[in-house]
Amino acid sequence: MKHLLGIEGLSRDEFYLLLDNSREMVEISRRDIKKVPALRGKTVINMFFEASTRTRSSFEIAGKRLSADVVNVSATGSSVTKGETLLDTARTLSAMAPDVLVVRHSASGAPAFLARYLPDTAVVNAGDGLHEHPTQALLDCLTLSEHFSARSQGIEGLRLAIVGDVLHSRVARSNIWAHLLLGNEVRLVGPPTFLPPELKEAFGADSSQCRGRLEVYYDLKSGIAGADVVMCLRLQLERQSQHFVPSLEEYSREYGVSEKLLARYAPNCVVLHPGPVNRGIEVSSEVLDGPRSLVSKQVSNGVAVRMAVLFLLATGKDTGETTIA
Amino acid sequence: MILIKGGLLIDPANNRMGAFDVLCEGTLIKEVAERGRISVPKEAQVVDVAGGWVVPGLVDMHVHLREPGFEWKETIKSGAQAAALGGFAAVCCMANTQPVNDCAEITRFILAKGAEAGGAAVYPLGAVTRGLKGKELAPFLELRQAGCVAFSDDGRGITDALIMRRALEWCRMLDVPLCCHEEDESLTQGGSMNESELSLKLGLRGLPAMAEEAMIARDIELARATCGRVHFCHVSTARSVELIRRAKQDGLKVTAEVTPHHLLLTEDRVADYDTYAKMNPPLRKEKDCAALIAGLRDGTIDAIASDHAPHENDVKEIEFEKAAFGLIGLETSLPLMLNLVREEKLSSMRLIEAMSLGPARIMGLSGYGKLSKGEAANITVIHPQAEWIFDRLSNRSLSFNSPWLGEKMTGRALLVMVRGRIVVQEGKLVGNGVSD
Repeated sequence: MKHLLGIEGLSRDEFYLLLDNSREMVEISRRDIKKVPALRGKTVINMFFEASTRTRSSFEIAGKRLSADVVNVSATGSSVTKGETLLDTARTLSAMAPDVLVVRHSASGAPAFLARYLPDTAVVNAGDGLHEHPTQALLDCLTLSEHFSARSQGIEGLRLAIVGDVLHSRVARSNIWAHLLLGNEVRLVGPPTFLPPELKEAFGADSSQCRGRLEVYYDLKSGIAGADVVMCLRLQLERQSQHFVPSLEEYSREYGVSEKLLARYAPNCVVLHPGPVNRGIEVSSEVLDGPRSLVSKQVSNGVAVRMAVLFLLATGKDTGETTIA
Repeated sequence: MILIKGGLLIDPANNRMGAFDVLCEGTLIKEVAERGRISVPKEAQVVDVAGGWVVPGLVDMHVHLREPGFEWKETIKSGAQAAALGGFAAVCCMANTQPVNDCAEITRFILAKGAEAGGAAVYPLGAVTRGLKGKELAPFLELRQAGCVAFSDDGRGITDALIMRRALEWCRMLDVPLCCHEEDESLTQGGSMNESELSLKLGLRGLPAMAEEAMIARDIELARATCGRVHFCHVSTARSVELIRRAKQDGLKVTAEVTPHHLLLTEDRVADYDTYAKMNPPLRKEKDCAALIAGLRDGTIDAIASDHAPHENDVKEIEFEKAAFGLIGLETSLPLMLNLVREEKLSSMRLIEAMSLGPARIMGLSGYGKLSKGEAANITVIHPQAEWIFDRLSNRSLSFNSPWLGEKMTGRALLVMVRGRIVVQEGKLVGNGVSD
């Protein structure tokens, strides 16, 4: 049985297999009747131990479009509030023989933990703590591959600037792995409190195997200069009380992405945001609602990517014997 | 009378190593002499320990016995017996029980339980602050008089420098060490592993090295100003070792201990969110291990202590960030540290010193650490080559939270004598641990 626990460790072939399958799923989502029988008789359990609107509904819709039986479990209103441990909850659900267990959890490593104890169930990481959010990186790449479809190299050879709270972002981590795998130039932009000095080493960007480049910029203008893609990260409002930023105003002034800046320093770039957005803090409404923004495409592609992941894991149509990361 | 004969004597206090026999009478060592020189009294029980090392009874100066309050994790009896099986003649137990050992009643309870445990002798540490809350001082005199050998809020850092200063001033008067778990908790909130590129990759909040080092630096200065005795528990970073080395060069009364796991393991052990490798201070890096070994070798670090911290599986088989800190170590310390001798990173003399005389001196345990005529008969005999598997069957502790569970160990205690009484013989508890 295979799992999708992260982008780290995926091979290029596995990554492209997921992306290519996602493209086929996009086609289904565009049909009048958005349903195929591919996973009829298969069961998918969505275990969401952390609040989520888009990811949870996206996985649910994905499962239903493939005709799987989808069950949603959230932390509130479940045995978790009665003090049951994560492992017991998962074992209980696993005993009902689902084909795929989709897990969102506030603790980094929770999906890996479940995968270790539930070897017979495919586990999909739908976001774990600060660690990874692999389907988000996949949907971001799918969105970019649609936008850059005219480029001969596709989404390889791009310059991507990730702006904001990289330290606390699982979206950033999964995207860094993805774009380093693709050989892209990844620029991390933000104040030093969000960009610890160990970043390059953490992602193996210094090693000879790494095809991409990882650079750190404390200055927004030079960080986004010439970027093909600018990815804005959500600034959690509590970071101010934890002294990561002196004030939201100051952060916004220094690192808020505005149309004026983009027009000057990265005139051709497109903008991504994983949502939910703090309008006017990390990115201006003008950018978000303007022609550069791929945000709503990200959301619709989210369903296609999750269909591909569920399909590949539930049917075991994988490239090899190994776990998908 | 008991004659221990045929072994290799290693006695750091007298800088003596060789073929010596030891004769014990009552609770004392009656004679130590070159092999065969002691005329064997008729009534003497003769224990032949050929191939074994005869060393001062080992002392583990930092363990958690969990009683009162957490008896499902460990009891004083199970802990003292595990200690004896691990080769220890004495253990010093930390105050973070429930209730906390911050009054004479608890101290006396621990001593009474320890006396009937049928294992290693048990010496309690008292809390520095009431309830380990870091707010007001515990009754030092009352605790000392009841039998506490030292003071510690282990498990918590003492963030308030004024509390630390006053505690050191009291400890100075009592001539006991203040054993410090050095952690600036404002720097470690939410942390669960070493802060590094690995924690960044895994998405785990870090326990940065600076949280330990900044507190060690502060307390060195407080020790300098107050002339108090600061003992640094479970030192884990290269920089900590350097700070302590310099403080000792300045002539300050500071001492330090290190655990086997910080000497041997690196943070890589948590790479797949293995909660059995989750501990505080956390496992660090290779360079830290190397610096700790160098510090142990040159005497900057005085003692090896296990920080034996038993926990049930239910608080380990959970999400990494939620899991309890700590691992058991009483039964694995000795074989793991013998590995350092086999790898020629440490001399056998220095190893025995750091596991007996070193901790005994710090804690003021006068009957330990010496194999001289007239001293208390606290003796351990080690079979350095004995091979065995450390697993749930062999484990005497009530808990089995160890990253070494299931692994082969080389070396174990053959015999442990506590004040003239044999508690472990042929590697087994005498009377299966039932006390007389």
